[in-house]
Amino acid sequence: MCLAIPGKIVEMDSQNAHLAVVDVVGVRRKVDLGLLQDELPVPGDWVLIHVGFAMSKISEADAVDQMQTLRMLGEAEAAMQEVRGYGLENHEQSEPAQRRKQ
Amino acid sequence: MKFVDEFRAPELITKAGEEIRRLADANRHYRIMEVCGGHTHAIYRFGLKDLLPSNVELIHGPGCPVCVLPMGRIDDGLSLAAQPNFIFAAFGDMMRVPGTHGSPLEYKARGMDVRIVYSPADALKLARSNPGKHVMFFAIGFETTAPSTALTLVRAKAEGLLNFSVFCNHVTIIPAIRAILDSPDMRLDGFVGPGHVSTVIGCRPYDWIAKDEGKPVVVSGFEPLDILQSIVMLLRQLRKGEAKVENQYKRVVPWEGNRAALRAMAEVFELRPYFEWRGLGFISQSALKIRASYAEWDSEQRFAVPGVRVTDPKAAQCGEVLKGVLKPAQCKLFGRECTPEQPVGALMVSSEGSCAAYYNYEHRKPVTIASAAAI
Amino acid sequence: MATPVSKIRFREPQIEMAHGAGGKASRRLVEGLFAPLLYGSCHGPLGDAAHIQINGTRIAMTTDSFVVKPLRFPGGSIGELAINGTVNDLAVSGARAEAIVVTFVLEAGLPTDVLEAEVRAMGQAAEKAGVVIAGGDTKVVEHGKADGMYVTTTGIGRLLSGVEISPQSVRPGDKVLLSGPIGDHGITILLARGDLDLEAELRSDTRSVFPLVQALVHEAGADVRWMRDPTRGGVATSLNELARDCGHGIVLFEEKIPVRDSVRGACELLGLDPLHIANEGQFLAVVSSEDAESALQALRATPGGEEAKMIGEVREQPASAVLVTTLYGGSRLVDMLVGDPLPRIC
Repeated sequence: MCLAIPGKIVEMDSQNAHLAVVDVVGVRRKVDLGLLQDELPVPGDWVLIHVGFAMSKISEADAVDQMQTLRMLGEAEAAMQEVRGYGLENHEQSEPAQRRKQ
Repeated sequence: MKFVDEFRAPELITKAGEEIRRLADANRHYRIMEVCGGHTHAIYRFGLKDLLPSNVELIHGPGCPVCVLPMGRIDDGLSLAAQPNFIFAAFGDMMRVPGTHGSPLEYKARGMDVRIVYSPADALKLARSNPGKHVMFFAIGFETTAPSTALTLVRAKAEGLLNFSVFCNHVTIIPAIRAILDSPDMRLDGFVGPGHVSTVIGCRPYDWIAKDEGKPVVVSGFEPLDILQSIVMLLRQLRKGEAKVENQYKRVVPWEGNRAALRAMAEVFELRPYFEWRGLGFISQSALKIRASYAEWDSEQRFAVPGVRVTDPKAAQCGEVLKGVLKPAQCKLFGRECTPEQPVGALMVSSEGSCAAYYNYEHRKPVTIASAAAI
Repeated sequence: MATPVSKIRFREPQIEMAHGAGGKASRRLVEGLFAPLLYGSCHGPLGDAAHIQINGTRIAMTTDSFVVKPLRFPGGSIGELAINGTVNDLAVSGARAEAIVVTFVLEAGLPTDVLEAEVRAMGQAAEKAGVVIAGGDTKVVEHGKADGMYVTTTGIGRLLSGVEISPQSVRPGDKVLLSGPIGDHGITILLARGDLDLEAELRSDTRSVFPLVQALVHEAGADVRWMRDPTRGGVATSLNELARDCGHGIVLFEEKIPVRDSVRGACELLGLDPLHIANEGQFLAVVSSEDAESALQALRATPGGEEAKMIGEVREQPASAVLVTTLYGGSRLVDMLVGDPLPRIC
């Protein structure tokens, strides 16, 4: 139900408008674009391939976004710990960095 | 591999694992179900359980279309294809699944023309290049795969290709999740939602799980970082006492789903009043059948189907394992009478079934393993 | 060293394709039917080649059949496989192939130019490998049998001095070496069959590994504990056999295992594991830890061995099993293949 792989459209089929050749690190296969007919992808686009059909276009922007979120995992909490160390929530005077609370 | 390797970056996986351990409340035991067999497979393949704290438990759900297929349907399909000049075409996943008198590969050894195809389109191609034979495509899968079968039937009809038919066993995921939640011995905290099914149906169909059942759902991708991030998102909701549907797999899953795919399905399929799920029993409105307008391409409307019903041995506790009530190793037959090589029950027949996955990847692992040391 | 005859009895009512796939089912057939009836009570663990003493000289002998379809594929053909396969079985048992005899089972209707091309390929492969083709036999069967042609080669060779290979000598701490990227042959064949409609710039890796084995033995001598060429069933099957025979665990480091991009892409698309895919030009060696680094360098310095890697090590746990670990600490067991690897969509 679930094995689907990203691939890049490298050329449209000259005889069948709904077929395109997709490349997955050097492996090529004709893929049916019929499920994406509402916004047909073009060569250069990345699509998710399942059983020889393109299921969805892959958004590079969302992928980059996600990587950024993942890189920052745990950093929000670390930042919060720093802020707590300054005691700002209790309206205390900010403490110098060396005496930051745990 | 672009859009794959980034989501397998070791440092980020380690970081995500740390975040999970930080978020998991030591006083709670979390039970999270990952619905899709593809997630089960990924979790084992990437060894993700090794990264989770002991109070975060992953339960494998019923999203394995091979596992939930009753043996009687395999018998029906094989007996249909046993006619002269028939070609039985199916995905590789089906080839070793035992029917009462053997699996498709065993039928092949006995002389039936059995072909493995990667795509329903390839089955149609077989029909085009074998005009003297009838190609029967044994279709399985959830909503991820059904649109491709649908589109293939649309093309077959447009071409007027009559030596092609589909024996349809497509099932839908929501009724299966409902059956899990309706089970009295069930206690789940949240769901890792099926990412590829959701590229078709979108995220709205899971709303009732959050609103009515109060369980958070995070629709997840299949790379290690996708699955771990989804668990992070679930734990964050659970800590705040929230229950909503979130989309972790944004780069691929549109919130509204794929309209063209849903249109193709509506054109070709309608819901069966009920369908038997191996291990779960009869569930209403849970499976697809081919409409009368496509009758000539429906193996069941064109040929006489025996309608065999085969019950599993009582000792096989597939139902409880499917619902997450029992762990694979707790079934009395596990590893003894029931192994991947001689499967007795549903969850051993497919490599992504909970029992097979556990058997192949995990159950002989020693408890303490020195972490990977660079040579 | 003799081991007791296996108590496994082969109980299956008929032979299936899985019995020829090189994995668990094949092992059951060999250990449960052939061994008890043919091998007598005094034989060691079954290896790639037999070692026989004739008047004080140690000779290695092996045989193999080739039933590949299609006959020709990128990078080679059945003829080359037939020569290289037998040369390699002798090489990984520590022997230099000296002479090969060939049996052909030909299908009536096979075009002569097809046969000629294969025989030519065999001659060339034999010359390249430095082995003499000493004779053979031919039979013809009816049209519809033999898939064109089946070839069997039987080879004898002389054991290299300083070689003492046995699974029993493998111990925790030993390192596992691999001569080069895996999966090329099996994926090439899968694509060449045409059913999956996939294309890639991939070639079979068929070649004689003897020069590499020779370099390894020259460098590490008796510290080479065990070798095998991972053909049908892949690296996973060969290493599982070793794990079972020596009783220890083998731990592999996933990031060290060399796989070409296109093999990886095909495996991801089809849901296959490169560790289960057949190779025809690679070999595995277990070397003592003191010698492992210099042995690896010796391989890398030999033409054809530039991509050799150290991919894992022998440990006490998990006993008799093979474990693959990742950089981030996750791990999975990898077992022997049951039948041929099948593409999946789930």
